[in-house]
Amino acid sequence: MTPEPKSEQPRPHGWIGIHRGHKARPVEWLAEKFIFLVSLSAIAMVLLIFLFVAREAMPVFFGEANTALIQPTIPVAELDKHSPAELQRYLDLTPEQYKSVDHDTLLALMQGKLDEQNEVPENFRKDADARINTTEWKYLLQSHQWSGYDRPEYIWQPVGQIKKFNIIPLIVGTLKVTLIGLLFAVPLAVGAAIYVSQLARPRVREVVKPVIEMLSGIPSVVVGFFALLVLATVLQKIFGYQTRLNAFVAGIALGFAVIPVIFSIAEDALTSVPRAYTQAALALGASRWQTAWQIVLPAAIPGVFAATVLGFGRAIGETMIVLMVCSASVMSWSIFDSARSITTTIAAEMGEVVAGGPHYRILFLLGALLFAATFVSNMIGDFVIHRFKNKLEGKR
Amino acid sequence: MNGTQARHFRADKFDFWSFFFSGLTGLATLFIIGILVTILVNIIYNGWSSLSWHFVSTIPTDLFNMKTTGILPMIVGTTIRVFVMTIFVIPVGVITAIYLTEYAPNTSLITRVIRAAVNNLAGVPSIVFGLFGLGFFINFVGKNMDLLLHNPTSVWGRPALIWAALTLAVMTLPVVIVATEESLKAIPPGLREASLALGATKLETILKIVLPQALPGILTGGILAVSRAAGEVAPILLTGVCTYMVGLPHSPTDQFMDLGYHVFILSTQSNDIDATRPILYATVLVLLMLTFALNIVAILIRARVRKKLRALG
Repeated sequence: MTPEPKSEQPRPHGWIGIHRGHKARPVEWLAEKFIFLVSLSAIAMVLLIFLFVAREAMPVFFGEANTALIQPTIPVAELDKHSPAELQRYLDLTPEQYKSVDHDTLLALMQGKLDEQNEVPENFRKDADARINTTEWKYLLQSHQWSGYDRPEYIWQPVGQIKKFNIIPLIVGTLKVTLIGLLFAVPLAVGAAIYVSQLARPRVREVVKPVIEMLSGIPSVVVGFFALLVLATVLQKIFGYQTRLNAFVAGIALGFAVIPVIFSIAEDALTSVPRAYTQAALALGASRWQTAWQIVLPAAIPGVFAATVLGFGRAIGETMIVLMVCSASVMSWSIFDSARSITTTIAAEMGEVVAGGPHYRILFLLGALLFAATFVSNMIGDFVIHRFKNKLEGKR
Repeated sequence: MNGTQARHFRADKFDFWSFFFSGLTGLATLFIIGILVTILVNIIYNGWSSLSWHFVSTIPTDLFNMKTTGILPMIVGTTIRVFVMTIFVIPVGVITAIYLTEYAPNTSLITRVIRAAVNNLAGVPSIVFGLFGLGFFINFVGKNMDLLLHNPTSVWGRPALIWAALTLAVMTLPVVIVATEESLKAIPPGLREASLALGATKLETILKIVLPQALPGILTGGILAVSRAAGEVAPILLTGVCTYMVGLPHSPTDQFMDLGYHVFILSTQSNDIDATRPILYATVLVLLMLTFALNIVAILIRARVRKKLRALG
């Protein structure tokens, strides 16, 4: 559900006599402070979400995670030649863990590290890729000439001996699916918003508006299920492409989920354009459509823009639909190829990763990225709506 | 102005392009309603025939076999996690809404920050809530509880019912806040003033006058939160759901099975999609009945609250 328009009437600070009441009644005072503290929970939650998602991703930011298959080894005998900090990093221990182990355990751990390196299959010894740390920013963002490939490529392939963590295919996949969804949803939702708010008779409006809003009551896993079983087949019959499940189907299904969001915000913006605008245009002889298209829509365009931005935020964060409809990660801009979005990657791979490992960290990094993207789009959307409402009310 | 000119400017003059584009927007509206109706009819038509009392009340032994499968544990799991969630989210959400409408100075910075935070929370992707639940509740709170309680094996520091419920509570907080705020605003200021004039304190006024009046709105918020949470799968994916377990969950630290997740499992993990199709449709129908029925109730209550609001303003 989207937040409703707030009719804000300025109320003077406090109620009659409340300031005197504070001192006379400690319970009142306590209750007010308690209520205030609880109401801070929303702020606390936003901060905590950011803090804890970013915390788990921290080691990648600072380049502390290392995925290189073959690492330089330190012979056990040379233990004393190295500083504690160096050894601690070498053995993948936290400072507390390092302090708690005694000398013998340390030796055993170092021997274990050597054995681990000796067990690396022989064919990787000559492979240059086995010596690089794939969680470095360079490998996360740029294409790389992996051994066995003809040219530099962007690859997300977090399994196997050499884990490839390039996040570009995921970003492309997310954008591809999101853009298809928006291209499908925006014209429909805005068209319906114009119809419902400007052209329809009041009785039709009373019925149609809640019906469209009901669409947002369908859980996304059900939309995903419908897309997988029914929509994919229907669309394949109409367009006749090869792969049955692809970014196109996912995008359209995503559109289903985004339509109610865009519709209700756009409808709200169109309705809040003052009646005087419409009446003046109609009085000058414009038809209802001309009024809606040339007067009301331009006046409400910031609201429609905000609706699109908020719809975008909703679409890039949608998980289950894309997860169910397509999931292969291929670097391709073709809409009839499969795509893997960021959300899908997190949902599908988090169950199988080692907590604290590089893959786990990268998934949290993706989560932080997603959070930042939706945070920014929400901020822009809310800011634009706020400005728009203030402007209509004649405030600065 | 003479008569011909006046006729020329008549507002209801037939204009082809106006008619055409109006029709186009009407079609867009019809198309959206068509999508909704298609999804609902498809699911009800296919799901109804395979829905039976046996199916709803059986603990399954084989998920993919129509004869031995059932969805009792999933219904129980979904119900419990949503119920536990409401215990946490409703008090916090209602108190926040009370602060925002009754106490907060309208223009102060802190109020604006709280509102911005609520709006933002509403837009955070559900999978990020899942990551948050994993990073905060399980890996931070849970692990530290295990340390404090000196548990030999990890009891709290792993995915569990309670963590899934708490994650959902964080996710649905804005839903409850917005709905409650709306209903609090619909109460005429005269009621509060009358109560204060009779000598009641502000707290008494809120507890005895404002809250009883706002009850339908709070109820709406609760129902909307429940219906939203019941259908969400992404946040619980990482914080407590499991594909299959024997029996029902007994304690807050147990894992649980879930209707929405079951839909996901059935439609992606099945070897023979034609054989599982009836099970799948029946499960989706049950899930939809749960979330949709609640949604419609909420919409009805909300419509009444809004009518009251309009009558006032």
